[in-house]
Amino acid sequence: MKLIVENLLCQRGGVPVLEGVSFTLGPGEALVLRGPNGSGKTTLLRTIAGLQPAAGGRIELAEDAVAYGAHADGLKATLSVAENLAFWAAIYGTDDVDTALDTYALRGLAGRPAQNLSAGQKRRLGLARLLVTGRPIWVLDEPTVSLDADSVAMFGRAVGAHLAGGGSALIATHIDLGLDARVLDVSEFAATGKMAADGFDEAFA
Amino acid sequence: MIALLVRDLKLAMRAGGGFGLGLAFFLVVTVLVPFGVGPDSGILGAIAPGILWIGALLACLLSLDRIFQLDYEDGSLDLLATAPIPMESVVLVKALAHWLTSGLPLVLAAPVLGVLLNLPAGGYLWIVVSLLIGTPALSVIGTFGAAITVGLRRGGLLLSLLVLPLYVPVLIFGTEAARRGAEGLANTTPLLMLAGISAGVLALLPFAAAAAIRVNLR
Repeated sequence: MKLIVENLLCQRGGVPVLEGVSFTLGPGEALVLRGPNGSGKTTLLRTIAGLQPAAGGRIELAEDAVAYGAHADGLKATLSVAENLAFWAAIYGTDDVDTALDTYALRGLAGRPAQNLSAGQKRRLGLARLLVTGRPIWVLDEPTVSLDADSVAMFGRAVGAHLAGGGSALIATHIDLGLDARVLDVSEFAATGKMAADGFDEAFA
Repeated sequence: MIALLVRDLKLAMRAGGGFGLGLAFFLVVTVLVPFGVGPDSGILGAIAPGILWIGALLACLLSLDRIFQLDYEDGSLDLLATAPIPMESVVLVKALAHWLTSGLPLVLAAPVLGVLLNLPAGGYLWIVVSLLIGTPALSVIGTFGAAITVGLRRGGLLLSLLVLPLYVPVLIFGTEAARRGAEGLANTTPLLMLAGISAGVLALLPFAAAAAIRVNLR
């Protein structure tokens, strides 16, 4: 299950943000996206996840291969931890909620409503959702926000296991996950049109 | 899809889910009208079908902005958009969940509240039938409006203004069917028109709503 991105042009709000983005991501590989805030990491990830159309270039990947993890975890406050996971498992047609609970040490919290979780616990539940999707390519936007060191290690191990199982991961993050991953600096691909637009904003700020 | 329906129904029933809001509003409207209009049973009976329909319509309107807004805010809508079920099905399930939690209770409450409005004896069957045929259209049109305004802060005002003109034909044919039925006149034509509107919006608007959501998520 290979992801091939060629000469991709990404737009945000009609303004080109990134251009000429090219990389390939094969099974068992991880790619870490870096770049300062506002450099277009989220835009690139959303484009690859299919949430916004590419303005140019090519994204080649199998249909229904991507599991997208955003800033927001998509949790329902009044549903319990297990119910939240079971819902996404049913949506993706899988049923292995237990492995996901164990991987992120959520077993003891399974019956608790999501609204009573701490920010880090919510994040862990959001990441556990990736496991129940059963999809090979994880596209993750800042997955370690509000996680403590132990949880980050937990997440690193989960990604490692996913890669070992033939999956792949595209992760925008600023911290070291302890993975053997290539790094792609997004700011190399900043679109010339974006520079002009930024200048425009400043001129009228 | 069934999982989504079950989740939405569960969320509606649990604390803060908003179930019963529309029903309470419907009750308030129909209880207040006799006080405002006066106790003349002739006038009340004549306007009863219209009041019940307007009350049901406004009660439906009340819960529309929750259909997608909560899913948008907590990120679920992004995740549903990348999930293996088509957005058209998501819209349809959302509309069905809205109808089950808002529309259907109104249909069931209408004959009870009809008593308060001195609805003529022949009218009970027809108010239920007309609401049963018409409220699905209210839910589907409302879901479409909610899809257009998803992501807008305080989009409720815009949503009401967008949806209201689309509700007018439903109201016209709905009250006409109920009123004619109550007076013992033939009401097949308005009922068929109402059913036509419901079937039409059910067939077309999920596609429009799904397209609107995809644009709004960009």
